[in-house]
Amino acid sequence: MGSYIARRILATLPVLGVVAVIVFLLLRLSPGDPAAIIAGDHATADDIAQIRRELGLDRPLLEQFILWLGQLLSGDFGNSIYLDRPVLGLIAERVEPTLALSLTTMAFAILLAIPAGVVAAWRAGSWVDQAFMALSVLAFSVPVFLIGYGLVMGLSLGLDILPVQGFVSLWDDPLGFAAHLVLPTVALGLVYTALLARITRATMLETLNEDFIRTARAKGLAEPRVLILHALKNASVPIVTTIGTGIALLIGGVVVTESVFAIPGIGRLTIDAVLQRDYPVIQGVILVIAGIYVFVNLAIDLTYSLLDPRIRY
Amino acid sequence: MTEQPILALEGLRTEFATGQGAPVVAVNDLSLTLKRGETLCIVGESGCGKSLTALSILRLLPRPYGRIGGGRVLLEGRDLAQATDAEMRQIRGRAISMIFQEPMTSLNPVLTIGRQIAETVMVHEGLDWTACMGRALEMLRQVRIPEPERRLHEYPHQLSGGMRQRVMIAMALACRPRVLLADEPTTALDVTIQAQILDLVRDLQAETGAAVILITHDLGVVAEMADRVLVMYAGHKVEEGSVEEIFDAPAHPYTQGLMQAMPHLGSGEHRSRLNEIAGVVPALNARPPGCSFAPRCGLATDRCRQEMPPLTGLGGTHMAACWAAGGSQA
Ligand SMILES: Nc1ncnc2c1ncn2[C@@H]1O[C@H](COP(=O)(O)OP(=O)(O)OP(=O)(O)O)[C@@H](O)[C@H]1O
Ligand SMILES: [Mg+2]
Repeated sequence: MGSYIARRILATLPVLGVVAVIVFLLLRLSPGDPAAIIAGDHATADDIAQIRRELGLDRPLLEQFILWLGQLLSGDFGNSIYLDRPVLGLIAERVEPTLALSLTTMAFAILLAIPAGVVAAWRAGSWVDQAFMALSVLAFSVPVFLIGYGLVMGLSLGLDILPVQGFVSLWDDPLGFAAHLVLPTVALGLVYTALLARITRATMLETLNEDFIRTARAKGLAEPRVLILHALKNASVPIVTTIGTGIALLIGGVVVTESVFAIPGIGRLTIDAVLQRDYPVIQGVILVIAGIYVFVNLAIDLTYSLLDPRIRY
Repeated sequence: MTEQPILALEGLRTEFATGQGAPVVAVNDLSLTLKRGETLCIVGESGCGKSLTALSILRLLPRPYGRIGGGRVLLEGRDLAQATDAEMRQIRGRAISMIFQEPMTSLNPVLTIGRQIAETVMVHEGLDWTACMGRALEMLRQVRIPEPERRLHEYPHQLSGGMRQRVMIAMALACRPRVLLADEPTTALDVTIQAQILDLVRDLQAETGAAVILITHDLGVVAEMADRVLVMYAGHKVEEGSVEEIFDAPAHPYTQGLMQAMPHLGSGEHRSRLNEIAGVVPALNARPPGCSFAPRCGLATDRCRQEMPPLTGLGGTHMAACWAAGGSQA
């Protein structure tokens, strides 16, 4: 197992390398001269040449890449062109809202979808099953921003129960933190809930037809034990895969949700950086997100072997 | 007064609900009695309702369409057809256990063997987990699994088919049930392993005094194991008697057909199945009005095709449902 983990970690290096090359080329090959952007509208040609030299943009591409990679590995992601501050620091400031929203969204989806999917499969064809599945089609087909604006208008403006927009840090005000997260979590989470509930139902339906489920019942086990210990544990590999895919898909949804609810997270940082062509920030965000993807995938793969003893490496 | 049977079926009818109209009947008016320590073999071709009979006893019919449509299932006089779900859970695995045909798929692949045996004990006897695992180990020894301490912590995929069937037996007998339903426990196994498993069932039956209903295709198995034999065809009991009565004087043409299809002992092709009688079992929704076997029977008359023959006593405990057998006086 230990050597398997080591091999898997090594196997992520080529992926990260390819990402680094693409991110590097993104800046060098994109239209518009970064030096000109930094220099501003009133710069002379000399000013621009000066900046090019400072940034190392006048050297050969390969040399630039190696220098840049060296800086990355020592934790230097460069400075924001607009704010003139280290990129990593900017990202760190924006991490809390995004991380909080992602975690509450996944927790919301998992806690709602798995019980719903299990019950729907258990009573397949009943009205409960049909109601759950109809709801999931609905949740799946309405775009996040529509749900978001609907919730904002319906709940916050009409009834004035929950804060409409913005974000409060957990460390400053735990209650305010939670209150601000409710609407964005629901808006972003419904799609994943629907997806996960359908996958759970489908895999559970298949598992409940297996012979060993009949064996479990023939032993006199009660239904909750049959469903959770015997069926859900067997159905867990596809479910965990879907959760992993959900985390990966989440990034796009987070950008939209942060805009709708005016949350100052990574999503907002990314949009601002793209609009201002703040290349170092864009690069930094892409690298961090790619790193998270790779890590999540690794974690999911390692989880499989805990869930199913037949998976051995 | 005769001893009360441990298990009795009275006119059991098992059916499947269909979308439109009348349900299809898979087991029809089946009665049987099982005495303490006795082995009753149910024989018949594929699809004649043997498994559904066993599943009806435990009320584990395929959901949501399968159901008991009539009759009684008496466990020591108490009707299980009327028991609540909670009462049935107490009975399953404790008073009545079942082992299945497919040892490869009947064990849960993601739980250890020890855990699967121990949880039965825990559910029924409420012992603490260590004691339950202790019982599981003891059961693995009883079913003669080598290195039981190691096997306890292994998963089903690490065991051969024969070993898995031993585990199934260990699991079924862990709470000392009074009735064991064995649904073709050896069909999926090699010949040599088959004999070992049957020996094991017989030894454990002698030790625990359990009554056994053994479902099989194989008349060789019947000859070896049965006290009494029940022959089923298309959901009906067509013949019943002691093993001597059935083998010495099979009365129903279907039973005779099964006997002729049986390879002679020692002829090498021991595993040949019973489907050598010409024709097939009629589908559930296409059963003829008279005797179900008439379309395949060389002796069939017009009467056979129109009127269902009743079960008729042939002396002793022997009875058969055939106009040509004892039914001539009717
Ligand atoms: N879930 C189901 N839905 C509809 N019909 C079913 C279902 N399960 C079984 N049947 C039908 O009921 C009949 C009896 O089935 P059963 O499984 O009891 O046969 P069997 O005698 O055990 O055969 P085998 O020797 O192949 O195990 C068959 O004709 C089968 O097609
Ligand atoms: Mg069967």
